[in-house]
Amino acid sequence: MKYTEDHEWLRAEGDLVVVGITEHASEQLGDVVFVDLPEAGKAVSTGDEICVIESVKAASDIRAPLDGEIVEVNQEIADNPSLVNEDPTGKAWFFKMKLSDPSKLDGLMDEAGYKALIG
Amino acid sequence: MAGLERTVLYDLHLELGAKMVPFAGYEMPVQYPMGVLKEHLHTRSAAGLFDVSHMGQILLTAETVEKAALALERLVPVDIAGLPEGRQRYAMFTNDAGGILDDLMVANRGDHLFLVVNAACKGADFAHLKAGLTDCDVGMIDDRALLALQGPAAEAALARLVPDVAEMRFMDVAIRQWDTAELWISRSGYTGEDGFEISVPNRFAEAFARRLLAMEEVAPIGLGARDSLRLEAGMCLYGHDIDEGTTPVEANLTWAIQKARRSDGAREGGFPGASRILTELATGPARRRVGLRPEGRAPMREGTVIFAGPEGGDPIGTVTSGGYGPSIEAPMAMAYLPAGLSEGAIVYGDVRGKRLPAVIAPMPFQPNNYKR
Repeated sequence: MKYTEDHEWLRAEGDLVVVGITEHASEQLGDVVFVDLPEAGKAVSTGDEICVIESVKAASDIRAPLDGEIVEVNQEIADNPSLVNEDPTGKAWFFKMKLSDPSKLDGLMDEAGYKALIG
Repeated sequence: MAGLERTVLYDLHLELGAKMVPFAGYEMPVQYPMGVLKEHLHTRSAAGLFDVSHMGQILLTAETVEKAALALERLVPVDIAGLPEGRQRYAMFTNDAGGILDDLMVANRGDHLFLVVNAACKGADFAHLKAGLTDCDVGMIDDRALLALQGPAAEAALARLVPDVAEMRFMDVAIRQWDTAELWISRSGYTGEDGFEISVPNRFAEAFARRLLAMEEVAPIGLGARDSLRLEAGMCLYGHDIDEGTTPVEANLTWAIQKARRSDGAREGGFPGASRILTELATGPARRRVGLRPEGRAPMREGTVIFAGPEGGDPIGTVTSGGYGPSIEAPMAMAYLPAGLSEGAIVYGDVRGKRLPAVIAPMPFQPNNYKR
């Protein structure tokens, strides 16, 4: 698993990567009540705001972790946003993307790096 | 947190695992480990205990309670003289333009009035009372905490400590003993549920709170759930839904202006901003606070700009409070919109550049559950 400074995780799955938010992020957000997902087929650049998560407290953006194309989104979290709190690194993945340059994944933080980031 | 005050229950909040945030000059619990959503639902299904000690508690005394009531009527558009002993009523301080300086509760306790005002306004309210009511003695209480116990199990829980509270009706006030402490109890709150607000001497507050929290049905509830509970109940939050720029008529609080203070009433007018407020009562305001139910799942937060149509046109209003309602399982909001729009009309809120439909809906969003 790889991580971004925006508290997203990425997991390689064949020639795609699956992206979600970390346990730490879901705890900080509080109870999630709404998720606005991007459309499959959308081309995205690193840092683009592509999803919105609304918790009982506030709205937060999810940014594209790397350049690529959104291939599939997880409609289940749009229908049942509380999954994001219940299983952030499992059932509550957000989207799958095809990276423009798959080698960029190696440049992201590993678990030890992410743990150091969140203290 | 530098420069912030703490209530006497601060250490208890930390022990309970609260996340503390700055609010109205105090460090207050926004949530406990249960989380906002579950705290909200727990209050609606069992009982929630809220620390509201940051709010201002004020005693107003004159030669007689009748004189104190008539004096206070110079500052509020509310029938205080007609408030019976042992009863409480919602009121608001108005300014000369008819705007709202603060909203408050007023109780008639036989030989004086007891006021509970918002934390952020309490200093200004105290000065306003002192300046406006030179014929009264105005005393700010600083040796008492204020707790709210809210929810369908509140009566059973409190009755274990103070047996005869079950006899109280909604908006009754009473003084009761617990241990050697004198409790000032009202059957009221700000959640839409049955419940009580209990003023307890500082030195007894923690022990009293612990006794309640030890009960199966009682959980500590933070400001996060307090906000979603009051919004579902359709109640105004001062500084957001009402302020110096909104009149009680625009705010749809005309139910709080009794007949005695209206045109042709026994004590017509005689409060700041009376000419504007009485005119608006007669002819209707240009805009009014309404409830909104967004049609999708996306919440419309405070500040969301409202339009009449799905594209083009000028804004017609702004959301003053908005979020997700855990009990109604849907987003909800309040906004000021042109008075010509009625319930059932569709308007559009600009959420991150997209205009999303919302229907003007009656409030409360969640039916209230008072013991009348």
